Amino acid sequence: MQVSIYRYNPETDLKPSMQDFQVEIPNDKDIMILDVLALVKEQDDSVAYRRSCREGVCGSDGINMNGINGLACITPISAVTKKDKLILRPLPGLPIVRDLVVDMTAFYKQYERIKPYLQNDEATPAIERLQSPEDRAKLDGLYECILCACCSTNCPSFWWNPEKFVGPAGLLQAYRFLADSRDTHTEERLADLEDPFSVFRCRGIMNCVAVCPKGLNPTKAIGHIRSMLMERGA
Amino acid sequence: MVTNVISFGRSGLYDWIVQRISAVVILLYVLCHAAIILSTPDMDYVRWRALFADTGMRFFSLVALAALCAHAWIGIWTIATDYLTSRILGPKATFIRFLFLLICLGTIVVYFIWGIMILWSA
Ligand code: SF4
Ligand code: SF4
Repeated sequence: MQVSIYRYNPETDLKPSMQDFQVEIPNDKDIMILDVLALVKEQDDSVAYRRSCREGVCGSDGINMNGINGLACITPISAVTKKDKLILRPLPGLPIVRDLVVDMTAFYKQYERIKPYLQNDEATPAIERLQSPEDRAKLDGLYECILCACCSTNCPSFWWNPEKFVGPAGLLQAYRFLADSRDTHTEERLADLEDPFSVFRCRGIMNCVAVCPKGLNPTKAIGHIRSMLMERGA
Repeated sequence: MVTNVISFGRSGLYDWIVQRISAVVILLYVLCHAAIILSTPDMDYVRWRALFADTGMRFFSLVALAALCAHAWIGIWTIATDYLTSRILGPKATFIRFLFLLICLGTIVVYFIWGIMILWSA
């Protein structure tokens, strides 16, 4: 199989280029893209990419495979290739550290900005803050995010305004804390999101939903935030 | 939290609501006129004038005009802050964006005043 990989080392290269590799797939098995990358690395160990758990839990190997963002470790060849050609690029829109490794600072900054931790001004209980099973259920579909950035780097609004638009991943987490019955800072959280950029740059095209490897729905969470802002404004 | 030279400190929620309401008003206005034109095959200048002599229609037209202007301004401002940024245009971006928005705003204001003059002149 022909595998074309984005190569760029900002320290030595003037501009990025694509390098082609011929990779022999053992027994023509439908292996994962991460395994293909390992075969490429056997040929040329200067190819750089991130990986860690190799089972879709850590979120470090988000890349763009034949135009589709996803986790290389849980994406089989058949999911992204029709012909015998695979093009691997870094997640779009972020600065390149090297080859398939991107600088996630802008992404993490937006995550940090939404204060991704419980804030509660009530007296600390003796043991723990309890939550009813119904209230706990409200966090399903929100807490599972592994911060792989596949969604935010697939979102045009995040490409254009990464410093101002929180992006789908950050907003999913913003809603995770807005929806949490144990968090008492709802008002402050909403006030921080009301400007024309943070939430309202979302145009609802659902590019984020289309690629989330965890099957989460940031657009729906963004809709909930908008409803909360509406109720607060009314 | 977010400051922008020409966001005029507006609220995103306010813009979002105005954008939706104005869209509905514009749609209703277009549908209303489509219905009138389709149901009046022998539309001529006299009938057209009579239509706009009606105070209700003038008022509706004025509201639709205001909705169109508001919708256009919010849309243009959004496009400008998406594409006319320093990320895309470099350090000149703020100036270019400001100029672009000024021209658009001027045009919208002129259209609005001109529209009022046409509607209420006769
Ligand atoms: S729905 Fe909103 S957050 Fe998701 S990709 Fe589109 S603009 Fe981005
Ligand atoms: S919402 Fe999905 S795609 Fe986005 S960062 Fe979380 S796990 Fe990744």
